[in-house]
Amino acid sequence: MDVLNDFITVLNSTLRLSTPLLLACLAGLFSERAGIFDIGLEGKMLCAAFFSAAVAAITGSVWIGMAAGIASSLALSALHGVASITFRGNQLISGVAINFLAAGMTVLIAQSWFKQGGRTPSLKGNGRFNPVELPVAESLKDIPVFGPIYQGLISGHTILVYVALLMVPLTWWILYRTRFGLRLRAVGEAPEAVDTAGVSVIKLRFAAVGICGVLCGIAGAYLSTGLQAGFVKDMTAGRGYIALAALIFAKWRPGYALISCLLFGFLQAIALRPDLIERYLSFKVQIQLLDVLPYILTVIILAGFVGKATPPRAGGEPYVKEQ
Amino acid sequence: MTINDQKGRRETVAPAIELVGISKAFGAVQANKDISIRVMPGTIHGIIGENGAGKSTLMSILYGYYKADKGEIFIKGNQTTIPNSEAAIAAGIGMVFQHFKLVQNFTVLENVILGVEDGAMLRPSLTKARKSLTELAKEYELSVDPDAKIEDLSVGHQQRVEILKALYRHANVLILDEPTGVLTPAEANQLFRILQRLRDEGKTILLITHKLREIMDITETVSVMRRGEMVTTVTTSKTSPAELAELMVGREVLLRVDKKPAKPGAKILDVENLRVVDEAGIERLKGVNLHVCAGEILGIAGVAGNGQSELLAALGGYQKATGTVKINNKLIDVGGAFQGQNRRADGLSHVPEDRQHEGLIMEFTAWENLVFGYHHDADIQNGIFMNNAAIRDEAQAKMERFDIRPPDPRLKARNFSGGNQQKIVLAREIERDPEILLVGQPTRGVDIGAIEFIHQQIMTLKDKGKAILLVSVELDEVLSLSDRIAVMFDGSIMGERLANKTNEKELGLLMAGVKTGTN
Repeated sequence: MDVLNDFITVLNSTLRLSTPLLLACLAGLFSERAGIFDIGLEGKMLCAAFFSAAVAAITGSVWIGMAAGIASSLALSALHGVASITFRGNQLISGVAINFLAAGMTVLIAQSWFKQGGRTPSLKGNGRFNPVELPVAESLKDIPVFGPIYQGLISGHTILVYVALLMVPLTWWILYRTRFGLRLRAVGEAPEAVDTAGVSVIKLRFAAVGICGVLCGIAGAYLSTGLQAGFVKDMTAGRGYIALAALIFAKWRPGYALISCLLFGFLQAIALRPDLIERYLSFKVQIQLLDVLPYILTVIILAGFVGKATPPRAGGEPYVKEQ
Repeated sequence: MTINDQKGRRETVAPAIELVGISKAFGAVQANKDISIRVMPGTIHGIIGENGAGKSTLMSILYGYYKADKGEIFIKGNQTTIPNSEAAIAAGIGMVFQHFKLVQNFTVLENVILGVEDGAMLRPSLTKARKSLTELAKEYELSVDPDAKIEDLSVGHQQRVEILKALYRHANVLILDEPTGVLTPAEANQLFRILQRLRDEGKTILLITHKLREIMDITETVSVMRRGEMVTTVTTSKTSPAELAELMVGREVLLRVDKKPAKPGAKILDVENLRVVDEAGIERLKGVNLHVCAGEILGIAGVAGNGQSELLAALGGYQKATGTVKINNKLIDVGGAFQGQNRRADGLSHVPEDRQHEGLIMEFTAWENLVFGYHHDADIQNGIFMNNAAIRDEAQAKMERFDIRPPDPRLKARNFSGGNQQKIVLAREIERDPEILLVGQPTRGVDIGAIEFIHQQIMTLKDKGKAILLVSVELDEVLSLSDRIAVMFDGSIMGERLANKTNEKELGLLMAGVKTGTN
């Protein structure tokens, strides 16, 4: 059962590595479906990663840490909202500014607080999210095929992995089955229709940007307190941009977002195990080449090689009443 | 106030809507100046005025889309404020905007419930709206597939959805802003039947239009606006189109163009089997044949989007096409795009449909705009530089000849009114003395006074023996200017008629794609 075990190992890493992408991707989905492009996913995640780890290190509680992370991400969201909704600024510039702000600020504060070269101390025990054993995983492990899959792949992740996965159907349900979702989709397509229907465009867009902030906060918290055990400089490593590419690949739909994030996660996962490629495909690959795969795929998607993706029609445009 | 009802009794009824002293400014532009108007319940009340007279602004204030700077609003005699559209809807006011406010990739049902959902979940609202739409469809002849996506519906049906949206919100007062601009004559007639039906049911209709005929046909009362002010309100049956036109413009206007009979000369433009396939692979022109002779105007009628734009673009040299096109018997290459420069050398000038995007560069000055396309001409070069002083002098002269106001060549194109922008384009193209002139929508968004001038210029060019191809969605305009009329439908010419031997009804049928006997 060596093959199965290798397979499970890779898929297990895929799930873990997809989680931050998926949360960020859904964050972007809420924002962009409401017509606010958000290139600042990266910065919000990074900021949340730092504050989650820092506060968790100080208080010893990962939950308080995550709350701090979400709060910091929300603060950046509010900044983006004020700049691009209230003052009708350029959404790309606002997003880029947030990314720069987060990249500089996190390291600066980390150095000032912990004096460890821009890192936070390593998190232990309740300071990070620990794996959750699903019920009866231990007793089922001897059942052929299903046992190892259940125990090695489905069970044993941190709670945030399950949260991210549950967010997919929840997002779909909110978008397509609730009043809020209808209005959210409408405001990204035709804000003038929402306005003349007597609904506030500004409130809706702020709500969407707020949800985006919360999800980015969770994504950042997962990076530094679930996936890793502490914050290091630039630890998001472009995941915010990859999530944006995944969002385009998914054509702004939650179900496809899951698939495209799993694909990116899979590429990251095999980069961790070059030995497996050598064993099964019997050729040696440079690790650097594997590392670069997700970014190459991002470029290909953004260059539009994967078919036409139609973004929300009013995306990127501040709402101004026509005269 | 007191009115006479049908049996001659005198009765006191509060106006459905009363606006008192409404003022609204956009920056330095005073769009509405101290406007007062009373609209009686159960009537169709027209508001007429030129473009920029402030009609749409006034109605948008009533619908809460804009906020008035000053003034009072009374609904059924009670003073109220309408800070946003939500308040207008609550007060029983519905509005069908000139540019529809629909979500293109939503279904009809989703558009109808947007903003008036019955709870946090969608399903009960959708079920209720479906039932309600069925009833409304029966009551007012407003049937439309509730599950169709807006982008798949014709413009006429999209307009129905807008009306249904208002009725679903229990509107008692329905405002329609230029509702017939995008409709075929048959669709327009049907719309008017629906409006009359709504009126008979006791609804109040406010109809904004710049078309005198519509006012005469359907309204009971008409208010005339000019330059942001309310000129007067009169009973429609006691006025005439000529009087209304004069009130709108502030001086006497010639409604009819003085058309001398054509003396067609040699064939200047000859088009055979012209085909255009767009980027999406859809055939937009399906083998068009037509010719234009010297000294005549061929008018192309049709509802917007039936291939007229592609025809102009292909002939104008910025849309790849296949087929045979000859100008003065010289074969023209239509296969390569971006050949406007060659076309001008061949004697073809083009006044594009979309003057703001194709005819002008809005951020550039009038004198620059007056020379575009001809800026390589030898007489304005000065070594490797352009002789800007000469161009400006020439521009000044053109602006005076074409009565472009204000006559300042250094103003940006953006700062001129629609009519004056169009005159800039016309001056540039006509003054080059072309053999053939293509004109697209010459008076779209142009006020009556300027329309008269533009029509005269086109007629003068024709009388000088030039060939003119005129494309317009305004059937009146095509009828009054053209000598021959070709009707386009779905990328083909449905038929050709002599202007003095046809009428709106016959052309209307052709515009709707109905083949009739040919002459």
